[in-house]
Amino acid sequence: MVFSNTFIFGLLTGISLLLSFILDRDKTFLGLKKGGKMLFNILHPFLNILILISIVLFFIPDPLIVHYLGANSGWYGFGIAAFIGSITLIPGFISYPLAAALLEQGATYAVVAVFMTTMMMVGVITLPLEIKYFGKKAAIARNALNLVAAIIIGILMGWLM
Amino acid sequence: MNKNLKNYIWVILFVLFSVGSYFIGFKPGLGMYSNFNEFFIEMISFIPFLFIIIGLFDVWLPKEIIEKHIGRESGIRGIFLVILLAMLQAGPLYGAFPVAYVLSKKGASVRNIFIYLGAFSSMKLPMLGIEIGYLGIKFTILRTLISLPLFICTGFIMEKIVGSNFNIEEVST
Repeated sequence: MVFSNTFIFGLLTGISLLLSFILDRDKTFLGLKKGGKMLFNILHPFLNILILISIVLFFIPDPLIVHYLGANSGWYGFGIAAFIGSITLIPGFISYPLAAALLEQGATYAVVAVFMTTMMMVGVITLPLEIKYFGKKAAIARNALNLVAAIIIGILMGWLM
Repeated sequence: MNKNLKNYIWVILFVLFSVGSYFIGFKPGLGMYSNFNEFFIEMISFIPFLFIIIGLFDVWLPKEIIEKHIGRESGIRGIFLVILLAMLQAGPLYGAFPVAYVLSKKGASVRNIFIYLGAFSSMKLPMLGIEIGYLGIKFTILRTLISLPLFICTGFIMEKIVGSNFNIEEVST
């Protein structure tokens, strides 16, 4: 899996770079600089989350994850995933390693999809900020609708994967 | 330098902890390190490539051009453009609220603003790249295709709930 990722992304990057370089050399360097800067900006939060997952997963035995988030966890697993996903504030891109680790330890695709979607689309911690922008009614409605959407996504993903 | 040191403090501590565990033969420490090693290799095997692509996207497809075409009368084309605009962004959802304010000031419809938030939270290109790397292309495509109609619906429902003369407040941070 690791090397197929490297191959696909490397190939895509190579082709894009080559095309961009032929079209405009200066723009290509500017793009590389921008990309490099963005990479540098996410590097330390990314490494921190990897460290955190490494430590936490060491203490949580696989059977526990399978029991609460695995195939037989049913609505209970959905509930846990939706709850944790809604209250945590991990930027989307950083939460993927965690999702992959959970899958590897026996969580189902449906549960992981609910977890990821609520994490991305529902923000309980940022609700006060959202209310400041959109008002109480709109902010609460948006979060509630997205919670429903997340559950639908979870159910369909569990069925299709 | 000082700021960098502060940012990487946990990384430095973890490296020291791992080296220490190695020398005194502390098994749990080694177990955690082997977890980390696996995650790190997985990450470094594709993330740098992804950011080169994102950087190139940024210089070749400037967002300003799209922002002009998502007003009240924009219809399906407006929905398409607002989703495209959201896909080119990066960062957490709360970073999209100020952008939503700016878009509404520029005349974007209520529906399009909430569609923007939906697309922003679940279809950003950098994020989709990472999702493909970690959860596979099938998961990513399915999740995106299921999410898309759901947050477009959310946009329409939100417009019904709050009305089309809805105002977004400017919040100074």
